[in-house]
Amino acid sequence: MEEEIRLMKGNEAVAHAAIRYGVDGYFGYPITPQSEILETLEAERPWETTGMVVLQAESEVAAINMVYGGASMGKAVMTSSSSPGISLKQEGISYIAAGELPALIVNCMRGGPGLGTIQPSQSDYFQATKGGGHGDYHLIVLAPATVQEMADFVGLGLDLAFKYRNPVMMLADGVVGQMMEKVVLPPMRPRRTDEEIAEQCPWAVTGNPEGRKPNVLTTLELDSAKMEKNNERFQETYRLIEANEVRYKEFYTDDCDYLMVAFGSVARICQKAMEDAREQGVKVGLIRPVTLWPFPYDAIREAARNAKGVLCVELNAGQMIEDVRLAVGLDIPVKHYGRMGGIVLDPQEILDGFYKEFPEAKKI
Amino acid sequence: MKEEIIIAGFGGQGVLSMGKILAYAGLMDGLEVTWMPSYGPEQRGGTANVTVVLSDREISSPVLNTFDTAVILNQQSLDKFEPKVKPGGTLIYDPYGIHRLPTRTDISIISVNAMEATLELKNSKAYNMVLLGALLKSRGLVPIDAVMKGLKKTLPERHHHLLPLNHDAILKGMELVK
Repeated sequence: MEEEIRLMKGNEAVAHAAIRYGVDGYFGYPITPQSEILETLEAERPWETTGMVVLQAESEVAAINMVYGGASMGKAVMTSSSSPGISLKQEGISYIAAGELPALIVNCMRGGPGLGTIQPSQSDYFQATKGGGHGDYHLIVLAPATVQEMADFVGLGLDLAFKYRNPVMMLADGVVGQMMEKVVLPPMRPRRTDEEIAEQCPWAVTGNPEGRKPNVLTTLELDSAKMEKNNERFQETYRLIEANEVRYKEFYTDDCDYLMVAFGSVARICQKAMEDAREQGVKVGLIRPVTLWPFPYDAIREAARNAKGVLCVELNAGQMIEDVRLAVGLDIPVKHYGRMGGIVLDPQEILDGFYKEFPEAKKI
Repeated sequence: MKEEIIIAGFGGQGVLSMGKILAYAGLMDGLEVTWMPSYGPEQRGGTANVTVVLSDREISSPVLNTFDTAVILNQQSLDKFEPKVKPGGTLIYDPYGIHRLPTRTDISIISVNAMEATLELKNSKAYNMVLLGALLKSRGLVPIDAVMKGLKKTLPERHHHLLPLNHDAILKGMELVK
């Protein structure tokens, strides 16, 4: 199959991109607003074409542990869920990180806490970027803002996961998962053969070692000195990722008097608010972190250098704002505007929120 | 060219699929498109609406607070979205079940007896296509060929024998706009 232009939902794009990337296995459990990922995979029946395994597990916990198993074999594996389901997966995610294994986890966030609502939210930022599971680990966190990025980040996510032997989370939300827009699907790529996996993933447990020492993958190390060494190795990987993989998008940051910071679908709504502000003569810029970990501290510091204020817009009570404050420092006021519980904000509301926090902006 | 459209009515009236066909038609015509639904527990019987943006440039926000055109199918949606049509914009509505008429004078208001026309066509499922016809006639936006291509893409193959029926319904809707 060649590259193809289609109109589809972000969730559907994830499923199609997974098949075309040559994913070996998807393990999931349905939950709104991301069930189309599993549904689309079931409808496409890739097990008949590429041989990809698509399995509806008995629970989220089972699904993430199937990912853990598949990843241990060097297979390209993934799972997806929404906020409450992602909470259930956290133990497995910590094990995958500690096992230094590649995997893709998609979280199409909905309003929480608890079972919450089925409507869009961004309230799992802390969970995704600061841990979630136990231990000193990091996920690489990609935040898509378009249906195209939901497709693209399947491939990017798995490439990064294999490059660094580290799990990657695609932190999407109900807006970008449920909306439809134009998407260019990547050309079909064959799944890797067992020989290719043996060559590219010498750490994988592939059975029949034939001359090589058996690989043992475990996250248990009762000797603390050895466990500290393991942690040091993990930290080296994280420093490498921080040095190489920061991604962000900037809009009108060259001359901005005020800077907005937003991720995912909210960044697009902010973009419209920014355009409206500029029409009113207020020089607003926007920066959208694409990787939430590693976070673009330097880019935000640089973009805010001459700003009179920074507005962090999120569908939560103020989570990313902590990283924005770390980036900007104490000399420039950093304010939060957001909605919670599944309410999606519109461009006018953002602009009103901006003028409320920075009333002097109107007088310029 | 950029057109920001809201289509709003009861769940089950074909609001979301009308938006989907319009978005597909835009895609067939080489435009950038976004389709952003608003529904949830309300989708059965409650109100449902969808925002469709067609543009020849990249689209920023899929979520909007004002619209160039509103296609309104019930009273609640009329009350909610009449104030959100941009000055100079267009409001298309079906008077069936409407007891409080639109009052704005700075937008063009088009009343389309789509329910009546659908009953005449003896095809209740074509209701949204009649309204789509009215929208195309009053706003242009995309050629009917692109709409038919979009329909073909969105309808499962087993329903392709319904394409002529839908075509007729769109033409009927176009006739209703003078």
